[in-house]
Amino acid sequence: MTAARPVNLRLGPAALNGLMPMHVALTAEGRISSVGPTIARLAGDQPLVGGWFFTLFDVRRPGGVLAMRDLMERAGETLHLSFRPHTEIGLRGLALPLATGKGMVMNLSFGIGVTEAVKVHALTDADFAPTDLTVELLYLMEAKSAVLNELRALNRRLDGARSRAEEQALTDTLTGLRNRRGAEAELARLVATAQPFGLLHLDLDHFKQVNDSHGHAAGDAVLTEVGRILRSVTRKGDTAARVGGDEFLLLLPACPDLESLTAVARRVLSRLQKPVDFEGQPCRIGGSIGLVLSADYDPPDVERMIADADAALYASKRAGRGRATAGGPGAGGVDLDAAGA
Amino acid sequence: MIAREAQVPVGGFEAMLSYDAAITGDMLAAAESVLDRPREGILEDLGTYLVSHRNREGLRRLLRFGGVTFLDFLHSLEDLPDRVRLALPDLELPDMLLTDAGGDRFMLTCHSQIPGAGHIALGLLRAMADDYGALVLLDHLGTGTDGEVVAIHLLERRFAVGRRFNLAAEA
Repeated sequence: MTAARPVNLRLGPAALNGLMPMHVALTAEGRISSVGPTIARLAGDQPLVGGWFFTLFDVRRPGGVLAMRDLMERAGETLHLSFRPHTEIGLRGLALPLATGKGMVMNLSFGIGVTEAVKVHALTDADFAPTDLTVELLYLMEAKSAVLNELRALNRRLDGARSRAEEQALTDTLTGLRNRRGAEAELARLVATAQPFGLLHLDLDHFKQVNDSHGHAAGDAVLTEVGRILRSVTRKGDTAARVGGDEFLLLLPACPDLESLTAVARRVLSRLQKPVDFEGQPCRIGGSIGLVLSADYDPPDVERMIADADAALYASKRAGRGRATAGGPGAGGVDLDAAGA
Repeated sequence: MIAREAQVPVGGFEAMLSYDAAITGDMLAAAESVLDRPREGILEDLGTYLVSHRNREGLRRLLRFGGVTFLDFLHSLEDLPDRVRLALPDLELPDMLLTDAGGDRFMLTCHSQIPGAGHIALGLLRAMADDYGALVLLDHLGTGTDGEVVAIHLLERRFAVGRRFNLAAEA
């Protein structure tokens, strides 16, 4: 078999336009002798044929391509250029000499700026050769962004569900206060960030009697009311938690000193004195409180603080309930006055 | 209500997640009994919904990339599973084969794991014909050896003015 001899093909305008709808043919002098239909669309009303190529187009890269002689030297190289009235849309090109040796033919394509070009010039798939993958590229970009939008929405929903689940995991469903896990997390956070805070441990008095004589529904009503009271005495940044059946914990960064913490304890005790109405029945309860200050510990130790507050709470119980006792190394078990006293 | 009847998870479904194929069957069975309609009709409506509902504009556009005319679009259906795989590699679409029966008559054979895929295809084709402004007669011929067969008779290529399609998506 002999090697095929290279042949010179002559392409008529229809073949050239069909194969390369974005071609520009140039004379040896640099005048445009024909353009493909898609390039004609870019130009709009402006006639291109007969015009000077280097007046209408700007070769940006490689530099120094300003005349036909330069273009001949760059034959076969990738050119980056733009069409002057639409410099925002980059074109990619390749120019090769014609078989006659006179003039060149250049084929162009939109580089990655194709979406912008399609929008600006309202191009349709008829403007691209069927062998050109531009329409597939547009399809792919649109499909990808549709998928991405769906995934983004899915992520948002999952994230919302996660926050809700986290919130639920840290919340006591009956009172809406934090639960023990929530309180522990907040305690750890306060200690880790070295924020001074007051800790108040409350245990309800006579709660068992309410449950025994009025039933569990009454007990629940009482706990809900206590939740409301604790929320009303806490401020932003404070944490109120139900950590056991009738045990509550307040973490108060706003009350890092004994005076302000005692004031909160008094408010709680006085509000608890008011009987809770349950279906017309007054349910009488009260509370005993132990309190400690993080400032008395160096460094603050969560377990010791809780143990000291617990000891102070039982001191309040032993001293006749309905009162608050300061515990910890600073206070040494000072019995503060009873509620409302 | 249908979801409750089918006893599927209460949270509903997510478009981008995969579910067990059996759930599809349960949902369809529940839809039949709740809506008191034959399964074929429900599947057909599903196909129509996928491309004609306002929320599904994205999907309609992606299908319109298949071609300039409804005829181009019909021929592009064979490429559809490959096109979809470009964007979503793990989404399995029914294999589709278009046979030209001459005289503007075609047969679309859908081979799928899901029985009834041909009815979904029929509903989708009806909506896309509207979109292109073409007038077609569609008929589900039943299931052959290669899958479900939908007969397509293209009566008028340009019966009405279809909806506009710009290559560039609206911002």
